[in-house]
Amino acid sequence: MITAIIVTGLLLIVAILVTVFRVQSLISITKKADERVGTSNKVNAVLFPVFLVIGFGLAIWISFYSDKFLLPEASSTHGKETDNLFWITMGVIGAVFFATHILLFWFPFQYQYKKERRATFYPHNNNLEVVWTIIPGIVLTTLVISGWWVWRDIMKDAPEDAVVVELVGKQFNWIVRYPGDKQAVLGQSKSELGRYDYRLIDATNEIGIDFTDVNSFDDFTSTEIHIPKGKPVLLKIHARDVLHSVFMPHFRLKMDAVPGMQTRFWFVPEKTTAEMRAELGNPNFNYELACTEVCGRGHFSMRTLVVVDEPAEYAKWVANRKPFLAQNRDYLKLVPANLKEKALQVVGPEEGAEPAAAPADSASAPAVASVPVATK
Amino acid sequence: MATANLDIHDGAHAHSHDHDHEHEHHELGFIRSYVFSEDHKVIAKQYLITGLIWAFIGGFLSILFRIQLGFPEAKLFWLKPLLGGWIDDSGKLDANFYLALVTMHGTIMVFFVLTAGLSGTFSNYLIPLQVGARDMASGFMNMLSFWFFFLSSVLMFGSLFLSTGPAGGGWTVYPPLSAVKTANPGSEMGMTLWLVSMAFFIVSQLLGGVNYVTTVINLRTRGMSFSRLPLTVWAFFITAIIGLLSFPVLFSAALLLIFDREFHTSFFLSDLYVAGQALDNRGGSPILFQHLFWFLGHPEVYIVLLPALGITSEIIATNSRKPIFGYRAMIVSMLAIMVLSFIVWAHHMFVTGMNPFLGSIFMFLTLIIAVPSAVKAFNYITTLWRGNIVFTPAMLFSIGLVSLFISGGLTGVALGNSAIDIQLHDTYFVVAHFHLVMGSASFFGMMAGVYHWFPKMFGRMMDEKLGYVHFWMTFIGVYMVFFPMHYIGIAGFPRRYYSFTNFDFSKSFTDLNMFISIAAIVTFSSQLIFAFNFFYSIFKGRKAPQNPWHSTTLEWTAPVNPGHGNWVGEIPTVYRWPYDYSKPGAQEDFIPQTVPYAATPESNLPHEIDDEELYTDTPEVKSAH
Repeated sequence: MITAIIVTGLLLIVAILVTVFRVQSLISITKKADERVGTSNKVNAVLFPVFLVIGFGLAIWISFYSDKFLLPEASSTHGKETDNLFWITMGVIGAVFFATHILLFWFPFQYQYKKERRATFYPHNNNLEVVWTIIPGIVLTTLVISGWWVWRDIMKDAPEDAVVVELVGKQFNWIVRYPGDKQAVLGQSKSELGRYDYRLIDATNEIGIDFTDVNSFDDFTSTEIHIPKGKPVLLKIHARDVLHSVFMPHFRLKMDAVPGMQTRFWFVPEKTTAEMRAELGNPNFNYELACTEVCGRGHFSMRTLVVVDEPAEYAKWVANRKPFLAQNRDYLKLVPANLKEKALQVVGPEEGAEPAAAPADSASAPAVASVPVATK
Repeated sequence: MATANLDIHDGAHAHSHDHDHEHEHHELGFIRSYVFSEDHKVIAKQYLITGLIWAFIGGFLSILFRIQLGFPEAKLFWLKPLLGGWIDDSGKLDANFYLALVTMHGTIMVFFVLTAGLSGTFSNYLIPLQVGARDMASGFMNMLSFWFFFLSSVLMFGSLFLSTGPAGGGWTVYPPLSAVKTANPGSEMGMTLWLVSMAFFIVSQLLGGVNYVTTVINLRTRGMSFSRLPLTVWAFFITAIIGLLSFPVLFSAALLLIFDREFHTSFFLSDLYVAGQALDNRGGSPILFQHLFWFLGHPEVYIVLLPALGITSEIIATNSRKPIFGYRAMIVSMLAIMVLSFIVWAHHMFVTGMNPFLGSIFMFLTLIIAVPSAVKAFNYITTLWRGNIVFTPAMLFSIGLVSLFISGGLTGVALGNSAIDIQLHDTYFVVAHFHLVMGSASFFGMMAGVYHWFPKMFGRMMDEKLGYVHFWMTFIGVYMVFFPMHYIGIAGFPRRYYSFTNFDFSKSFTDLNMFISIAAIVTFSSQLIFAFNFFYSIFKGRKAPQNPWHSTTLEWTAPVNPGHGNWVGEIPTVYRWPYDYSKPGAQEDFIPQTVPYAATPESNLPHEIDDEELYTDTPEVKSAH
């Protein structure tokens, strides 16, 4: 019933509009036809400056309105620089935007058709062309060179002592792996990530860690990313199925995760999660990792928490992790016989007195990244 | 139609079997005249109508996903009659279908509307009429071009109805998502049809492009030197060259992707573990596909944009009653854009893991291309300066285009900077940027072209008032949709997200997203005004005069309804450039290209005397116009 009324109403409205339109066009035909323009020319000429003023007003208003929703100040060293560059660039292009639009929308009003006037025949002026080739050229060169300096610094090799975190994208969550801290046991100066091979992937060993590599013995996985404040952090990134992209908006950090190829991004976090919470007055604030390369149905939900700790807290957190191999002792059978002893040294003795119940470590069940951070 | 008779063969022979003076295309019958026509004007209209239908489909798809983004909580049962299983039992849009919508919207708008619908329509329609040719160099290839496009359209349209949905990996169809069928339902039959459809589409573009280039080079009428070509033709010419050089690369990418999908090759695939299975593919590179894709993909931006800019140049000059400012600078900028468009593609790939050194190079090259674009914008504004501006709907859309081109182009300066792009890449900032500079600007160019050349195409006028309403609603609407999107992008909202509620950083802006969706719906609905105006005017519009806009270019010297062969009798000769508007001393405020200098001693500039002598020997000097 209601639908019928709505449909009838709509039809009536359309019929009225069409009639009005027809009457209007018939009237316009009977009007004198020799004039090149009618009153609508004036209306349109006026509408441009009106649009300009209202539009500028709205543009300025929305800038203020949006401000509170934008990301907080960058929490990484390079992020502050790219933000600076961004806002300087926005300032420059904002000025050009306003200036050009004032002209573009004022001229139509100023130079609207008048029967008695003639347009100025002004086909070219090479000096002008040169001026507005060179000036944008200089401005752009300045912007691009300052951008290039920053870019070069961001993309140079990570410092030797950087904390290494491996991020692996899969449909539809991130897998996080650390190189572990048992280098002393392994007789190495620095712990490194063990090799991986996608053919070794199974439901538990989601990255396909290769346990024939000594380095993999002390590797541990995590459902959250913990990183120390003030230390360089190197992300080693790849994907195991389709393209993903590591995006940590608060750190102004983005790098694609590509299957079959490792990508890297290093940065220095400057504020701990706790500091951010205090600063923003938001006890629930969390750093987040999102995916920004379309990867299928769950693309919008690949959330992993990022926790920035004080270096001491971080060291403690690492020390409390158990190697993947210790959590999943079945994989010990993949370790070659000559390395078995070393593996056992890392993962501890066989007798299953595992006190794993203690901190509810969920490193082996990362199906959904839903574990909340300690404070709630 | 009966007024537009001519014999396409210049010699005056009569058809013995012709009992009246009807011309050839009446002998061809309906099928050859209107369906498999080789006449460039009919083909142009075929492109236009198909392009407009696609525009409505593509626009409607965007409304569907805008509903999801603006009203994530809404129950969409009312869409069930249309979308069926894509609305699940709780009344939500399926997340896979969301991706398919985004993908198809992009594909349709970029390729089917703004490439085929824009270039296909206006290159076909205007090149012969503006250079003074009877038709395209090869009418047959031109016909094939449209029908390949049509075939491609049918396949793409058909893919919308698959049970697994159309392609869903984004319009850039990056592998492995698009290559591995188990990775995404959209990568099954939908992707196959996408690739086949695009292969035919490319064939269509190449057939068209060869024709455009050949026609411009070989079939210009007497006196129509390159320095007298209207900027429209220059733009179509350059666009066609870009297309000819870049579309084959997309073809190769599509072909290799087909191999990877169907024949277990590994061009783009390596080390994959999908849906519980390790695949055999080793040694391929997904990045390679991105290089190939963007080697077309970036020039494609200019394939879409340059015709719109060409159309705008013509319309702004005509309706400002002034020569376009810096004719030569405009051509040089377009040539610069043509060359540069081939060497900036990797700025789409700053953070894909490409070597950062390459990133530096492409950042420099990218920002260079901003210079010729800036020159064009300044030239448009200067053309308006001290003009005598007539606001036809076409003129409004052209001014709108310049505004959108500036607004969208400027943010490109931020995005082209690789350091800044780290944060902005794949956020709504990018979406806002390219929808303004490439999507909306080109769409405005297309609309401007339709309003301007409608009288030539259909012999009738569109209603101006409806055109004004259409323009202002669209112009305001476009800004309402895309201007706020920048802020959402600065806040880091990623593209192609089905919903923003999973992340703390993207929980804000719900009101703004709702606003954008409403603005999009209103803007889309106002296109119905255009649709009505367009189809109504074809049949019932006011009869058009021969030269309604008092324009100088050749097409307006052809009959109101040009028949096959365009001009009755001999093709007019051209004596001057196309922008003699408001020339001091001249009686009218425009002098058509067909008027020799000898006929206008009162307005000739000093250097134009010499040129005059070159053509005084032509017989029809006095009779022109």
